[in-house]
Amino acid sequence: MLAIHCPLCGERPYTEFRYGGDASKRRPALGTMAPEAWHDYLFLFDNPKGPHREFWQHDQGCRQWLLVVRDTATNAVGEVILARNAGAGAGEGPGGR
Amino acid sequence: MTPGPGRVRAAGRIDRDRPLGFSLDGRALTGYQGDTLASALLAGGARVIGRSFKYHRPRGFLTAGVDDPNGLFTVGEGDRAEPNAQGTMVELTEGLSARSQNAWPSVRFDLGAVNAWFAPLLRAGFYYKTFMGPTRRSWMTYERLIRRAAGLGAARHEPDPDRYETRYAFTDVLVIGAGPAGLGAALAAARSGARVMLAEQDGLLGGTLLADPVTGDTEVWRTRMEAELRSLAGLQILRHTTAVGVYDGGTVVLVTRRDHCRPDPAAGEALQIVTTVRAKALIHATGAIERPLVFGDNDRPGIMLASAARAYLNRYAVACGRRAVVLTNNDSAYAAAFDLLPHIDSVMVADVRRDVHPSLAAQAASLGIEVQTSAVVAGVLGRAAVRGVVLGRGEGRSRLRSIACDLVCMSGGWSPLAHLSCHGGIKPRYRKDRAAFVPGGYAPGHFGAGALTGAFSLPTAVEEGWEAGHLAAAFCGFTPAAQGLQSAPQAAAPWDSDSHRIEPVWQLPGARAGKAFVDFQNDVTVRDLVIAHQEGYGSLEHLKRYTTLGMGTDQGKTSNINALGIMAGLRGIGLEDAGTTTFRPPFTAVRVGALAGRHVGRHFRPMRRSSLHDWHLAHGAQMIEAGPWLRPWYYLWAGATVERAYLEEMRLVRHAVGLSDISTLGKIDVQGPDAAEFLDRVYVNGFARLPVGKARYGVMLSDAGTIFDDGTTTRLADTRYFMTTTTAGAEEVLCWLEFLLQTAWPDLRVHVTCVTDEWAGMAIAGPRARDALERAFPGQDFSNPTLPHMGCRDLVVGRVPMRLIRLSFSGELAYELYVPAGLGPAVWEHMLLSGEPLGMRPYGLEALAALRIEKGHIAGSEVDPRLSLADLGLGRLARYEKPFVGRELAARAASGPERASLVGIECLEPGKRLRGGAILFAAGEPVRGHGRGYVTSVTWSPTLEKFIAIGLFAGGLDHLGEEIVCAFPLKGERVRARITSPVFLDPKGERLHV
Ligand SMILES: [Zn+2]
Repeated sequence: MLAIHCPLCGERPYTEFRYGGDASKRRPALGTMAPEAWHDYLFLFDNPKGPHREFWQHDQGCRQWLLVVRDTATNAVGEVILARNAGAGAGEGPGGR
Repeated sequence: MTPGPGRVRAAGRIDRDRPLGFSLDGRALTGYQGDTLASALLAGGARVIGRSFKYHRPRGFLTAGVDDPNGLFTVGEGDRAEPNAQGTMVELTEGLSARSQNAWPSVRFDLGAVNAWFAPLLRAGFYYKTFMGPTRRSWMTYERLIRRAAGLGAARHEPDPDRYETRYAFTDVLVIGAGPAGLGAALAAARSGARVMLAEQDGLLGGTLLADPVTGDTEVWRTRMEAELRSLAGLQILRHTTAVGVYDGGTVVLVTRRDHCRPDPAAGEALQIVTTVRAKALIHATGAIERPLVFGDNDRPGIMLASAARAYLNRYAVACGRRAVVLTNNDSAYAAAFDLLPHIDSVMVADVRRDVHPSLAAQAASLGIEVQTSAVVAGVLGRAAVRGVVLGRGEGRSRLRSIACDLVCMSGGWSPLAHLSCHGGIKPRYRKDRAAFVPGGYAPGHFGAGALTGAFSLPTAVEEGWEAGHLAAAFCGFTPAAQGLQSAPQAAAPWDSDSHRIEPVWQLPGARAGKAFVDFQNDVTVRDLVIAHQEGYGSLEHLKRYTTLGMGTDQGKTSNINALGIMAGLRGIGLEDAGTTTFRPPFTAVRVGALAGRHVGRHFRPMRRSSLHDWHLAHGAQMIEAGPWLRPWYYLWAGATVERAYLEEMRLVRHAVGLSDISTLGKIDVQGPDAAEFLDRVYVNGFARLPVGKARYGVMLSDAGTIFDDGTTTRLADTRYFMTTTTAGAEEVLCWLEFLLQTAWPDLRVHVTCVTDEWAGMAIAGPRARDALERAFPGQDFSNPTLPHMGCRDLVVGRVPMRLIRLSFSGELAYELYVPAGLGPAVWEHMLLSGEPLGMRPYGLEALAALRIEKGHIAGSEVDPRLSLADLGLGRLARYEKPFVGRELAARAASGPERASLVGIECLEPGKRLRGGAILFAAGEPVRGHGRGYVTSVTWSPTLEKFIAIGLFAGGLDHLGEEIVCAFPLKGERVRARITSPVFLDPKGERLHV
């Protein structure tokens, strides 16, 4: 029963959002020819207990993709920013590694 | 009417001016407004109300509340019959009909009672040992019989005629429980200015105070508090409302029962309402429940909790017996002794403690109540109901004597209802001084008060509630009001101390004879716990699963703590080290209907309709669900059944012209200076050099390099494209494009906007399609030079803007016409009217699908994310010299000579048919296993006059012309067929360019 504070719409129930995967990894740049880089990006994930950076889209609201820090142990939602402001590749930004 | 043998002169909270008729097993009975089913039955003198789960021992009510393990009934008739309803929680209404359920086949002749003679067989682990493991098959055989004999109610098969609602609510402070602590908390928080919700499971406010005499001090305080709370505007009181679960972030799910209001579903009235509350602060004031004492034959009807006997007396004016023995290890049960005495023949107290507090001893003496200390129970007399107890003194069981009685009021102390505070994962903590588990802590913004925390006395509970209310209000940013609390009765009753001076006894000494029940509902005895311990099931989680303790519908509310105490004793450890089982929602059983709310039947999920929907219905369209959409399947003009109609509709398209609703296609407006670059990146093929006014078929891959979606995209201007997607993929594609633009390529200046609902779409297909357009829009030029195949024109007819794209799904000359959704019906009718001389008619989804199979176009069943471009014969579409999503992994995407890829299949046996999903084998090889491939789409081809299909086959078109077998094991069918090109019709596309 998450509530996510959308930077544009305010606090909304998680049912208005869609989960978009792990945001802790950097997406390989378009055209990166190394299949290993894509393999790692697509198929290898950590399963941390604690804060986790992930993508959520407010698809039943402003349709913005958000970068959300969620604690996997408590479901507490920390910082939420617009993904477009997180820096190219979305691997960086507040809370990044 | 007669008041019933159990009804006494005590005032109670029943309304004697409002008698209510009800029935049990068809027998007409009466009770009063304010009764529960349980209290009305007890007033009528009922003792045995069912049989126990395993041993079929007679059972009566153990408690008066939500914790009762014994009194399960099926309430209501026919499609409203609700199984496993607790008689203690069912409020009596006029005409209520109940059936006893754990006595099979009948109460009088009870086959299951023979189980009692075979009791040694039914010990702990009996079910596991007998029916799991190697002999599991016997469980399948006996399960039905055992479940029926076990006597839990049967779910009905009819649809539920009642209506349920779900809703959301928001508040500053939610107080769970309206006992003394909850009332104090709600008042303090509301007076501070916070918005407060007060949720109470009962129909009345007051919690344990409701079991006090209505003529006493506490009732004066209770009514004053209730009046004051009702006067506060910012406070909402929800009665008959149980908090069943506490979730993350102050989210609480409440279930409000309205059964007693007899709601009318036809008038839109809900039987139950599920409210998801988001509270900034939460006050747990759930109180405590009393626990039984464990001794031999402690399950005989007439043996109940002291608090229950007191509640039946003071609240419902029912004495559950005439001669009572109060058996206790703490002070609280003395209240039952004192309150019962004036209404029944005799009361004595058997106290297992060595010493009794002087004030209690004095009060008992002044009333003439005998108190025996260091008491043990050496035996219970009576089978169908208690007739007496054999009391002894001390461990040596000296001075045995029989006391005749028909009511035993037992108290093993009190267990805080810590369930909700544990739902977030915080384990409870054992408080030795209370012999009870209390919340081990609270999430931020959560507070606890009252008996829940071990504050058992009334003044302390109220004080704690008041304090918690202030803390919760302050947590929400409100300043506590200066005004003081309505003072609770200052002098606590002599039996009402904070600790109840409990002396924990998990199992009474001296009781060797008879079964000593720990879990009454699942028939788990001390002996079962000993066996489980001997067999190594020491942890409570294991013990529970091995013995089924706590796994009944009551979830062990009365049993878990005693089991824990006994197991800790067997293991020689303290309760603080023994741990508890995990508390999970829901606190009490919740109807599935209540959770579903109104998402049932055709409201199970939203249904989408095109703007032409009403026209279709009015003109003989037979509709079919396609994903979230309702689409015309076929039209009655073409035939009465789909088998006939779609062939007629295909003929129309192949020989004249037809009109089809394609509004469901996903439509995305792509705009911006970088739109061309963006599309070049998301499609495997190029769109940057697509001329303005031209359309192109494109395929998208996922990052993993497999098929994601396909569709046609048209360039409207240098910086603007009109993209269509598959009907099924519309939502996914939009989200994916937004993801890429916002996370991966935020530097691209592109906007994507979903315009699916803005445009109605219709396909005009057939050799006379151009004629149809010229008739519909005279003066416009639709000739080949102006509008060639894959060309696009925006035009305005009258004042209607239109977009016309020359595209074909069917393989015929065809156009897709898009108009503003609101004008869709008008343009559709205009097209049909002006096309009438050409024989133009509408055609549906079945024909649409069959036409494209003849043409070998891929669609939903082939756009499969497990497949690669090469698998679908689209390998040459990709432009690997430019970067696009999925390029790198598409190159490695599983390949190899025998990987399955797209083929056409034609049936070789006239009179037989191909079927979708059929498994493909080479001719002559055994039909076994997964085969070499499968059929994805199939149709009868009126053009070829045979069944044709497309599918995936290992090695694909390398096997062109080879004979295969299409097996459909579900129907035992094997059909000879041949691999062909997937394009059955007009492979050179000449029909498209006419
Ligand atoms: Zn938003």
